[in-house]
Amino acid sequence: MSATRLSYAAAACLALENAMRDDARVIALGEDVGRGGIFGQYLGLQEKFGATRIIDTPISESTIMGAAVGMALSGLVPVVEMRVADFAMCAMDEIVNQAAKARYMFGGQGRVPLVARLPIGVWTGSAAQHSQSFESWFTHVPGLVVVTPATPQDNHDLLCAALACGDPVIYMEHKELWGLVDEVTPEARLPIGVARTLKTGSDITLVSWSRTVHAALEAATLAAAEGIRVEVIDLRTLWPWDRDAVLASAARTKRVLVVHEAVQVAGFGAEIAATVAETLGVRVKRLGGLRIPVGYAKPLEDEARFGATEILQSIRAFVA
Amino acid sequence: MTTAPGAGDSCPDRLFGDVGWRFDALKPHAYNCNVVQNPAPSPAPTTKLTLDTALVLYQTMARIRAFEDAAEEASRGGVAVFGASLTDAKVRGPLHLSTGQEAVPAGVCAHLHRDDAITSTHRGHGHTIAKGASIEQAMCELFGRATGFNGGKGGSMHIADFSVGMLGANGVVAAGIPIAVGAAHAAKVLGRDTVVVCFFGDGAINRGPFLEGLNWARVYQLPVLFVCEDNRWSATTATDKMTAGAGALSRAQALDISGTTVDGNDVFAVYAAAGDLLTQVRLGQGPRFLHAVTYRVKGHVSVDAAQYRSPAEVQRALAHDPLLFAREKLQALGATSSRVAALDTAAREEVAAAVRAASAAPWPTAAAAFTDIQDLGAAQFR
Repeated sequence: MSATRLSYAAAACLALENAMRDDARVIALGEDVGRGGIFGQYLGLQEKFGATRIIDTPISESTIMGAAVGMALSGLVPVVEMRVADFAMCAMDEIVNQAAKARYMFGGQGRVPLVARLPIGVWTGSAAQHSQSFESWFTHVPGLVVVTPATPQDNHDLLCAALACGDPVIYMEHKELWGLVDEVTPEARLPIGVARTLKTGSDITLVSWSRTVHAALEAATLAAAEGIRVEVIDLRTLWPWDRDAVLASAARTKRVLVVHEAVQVAGFGAEIAATVAETLGVRVKRLGGLRIPVGYAKPLEDEARFGATEILQSIRAFVA
Repeated sequence: MTTAPGAGDSCPDRLFGDVGWRFDALKPHAYNCNVVQNPAPSPAPTTKLTLDTALVLYQTMARIRAFEDAAEEASRGGVAVFGASLTDAKVRGPLHLSTGQEAVPAGVCAHLHRDDAITSTHRGHGHTIAKGASIEQAMCELFGRATGFNGGKGGSMHIADFSVGMLGANGVVAAGIPIAVGAAHAAKVLGRDTVVVCFFGDGAINRGPFLEGLNWARVYQLPVLFVCEDNRWSATTATDKMTAGAGALSRAQALDISGTTVDGNDVFAVYAAAGDLLTQVRLGQGPRFLHAVTYRVKGHVSVDAAQYRSPAEVQRALAHDPLLFAREKLQALGATSSRVAALDTAAREEVAAAVRAASAAPWPTAAAAFTDIQDLGAAQFR
């Protein structure tokens, strides 16, 4: 296998390029994708595949998503660019009532194999409508798969898997991970729904996903210096989530702390914590975003974020 | 009023010459300032009407009418809205009838091939039957049986038959418009020579996807015929009270999509107008728009007595019933009344047999509630 150093954005671009080369049904549509997308995640693809398959669209989120449903029902595999997850709010009927329901309500006569890219997360200085993390909304909807990669390799592998999934996938990249560079092995493949244990430890299990994984790892390293042995699990996929991996770790450590950037109230951390508590009866805690809009000025924005320091505090409080 | 374009009005012909289906020739922003509207008068109808065709159109309408009459009968007591009490009924939940609107799907779908696709609305029985779906399987779906098109998972509001290109009724107003546009876009990407007909009601023109979808179809010059089935009512509110401007066709024309307004209760007029417009669509001239003015004879749902309307308005519509009107025209074309009556009888018998079959058909198993949701992470039947 040949490893190259690629950014999180370039790794996804490579996965899409290879998929488009292998399968003529794969296309991409959305605003500004012809220029490479606003984050460079489609860079060079229109030159390679033409405007027929890398389709620049009007600012029409409902129809970008709805047309993709019609395309998918007609034999294409569309990658649907929503620019930022916040804008997908303009396409919620098409995601929830159309894409997620078509296969079931038509009795399996058709399927909707599309990958909707909804970049999440606080994006420095971008304020309340460009910074939200809505992953838990979509985990609630039967019919959808929800994917949240944290590394360039996973962004490559999970995009490959999402394109082969056959059902609608809500694919949530983090806007402050696009520039993250790491080794990527293009031949690697990864099934959806498999977590990765990034660090083993016996005192407490940290469960996280997306950008917060990196802060969790940093916190685990700081905790190790204090003699606290932290196990860190990157969930990678939220639906289906790797229940077995989390429960196995929880059974060993007897403490589970779920950490996510999204607002803690009714966040997906609640589902994980409740599942662990119901199944094993071990102690659970959550650390998520405060239930405040993301403000513009740095002192305001900072209140909507947390990092390794806050995670370390939660770890200390939990094991004390 | 007709405003169908003359030859040569089509924008891409002017801008790019004979580009046909060459998708990469379409530069969306190139349209912004150079679109030329051709004020040429409508061409004479080119779709010839023979007695055989007229009889087929009538037969389609008779089958839809018989189907919906039987469905309405089977739904009595099946829905708990508008003060009606809930009892055990063969058809449960809301049943949206298109009684009085049969000429629109009959006249339009007569021009479609099996591979052509349609999208429909919550009022979609007529579209389903006109596109060639089996009446028995349709009735089974309304009865919620395993033998229905959707295995009982959709019912009236989500009825679909993908095998004849019927891509689904839809419970959300205007939601079929982007889906139709996407199906047409796929046909273009995949190099298929099929067309898509997108049915929606007058209420849909006030939703955002109407603007987005029409703009999209025009920008990419997609093979879509938009059919606004204008039954004058948006649920229980008169559409004209809630609609600014001159209505459906003028909105399409504002996006440089030409089309025609037609008497939607005259199946022969619908057939002629749809034939002309679909010819243009099949020639690659881009989307077209048919505004068919009809009337919703029944309430919003079957249990809605629609007493918010003036009796005179309803009487006028009943006097211009599409089946009555077609019978007169058929006589003028030389069809004997017994020949027409035989079509009515056959339709009633076909539907009666469908009701018997659906009544005897098996229910879906509880396990079916867990199938066809998604491959990964679907709940498991216990």
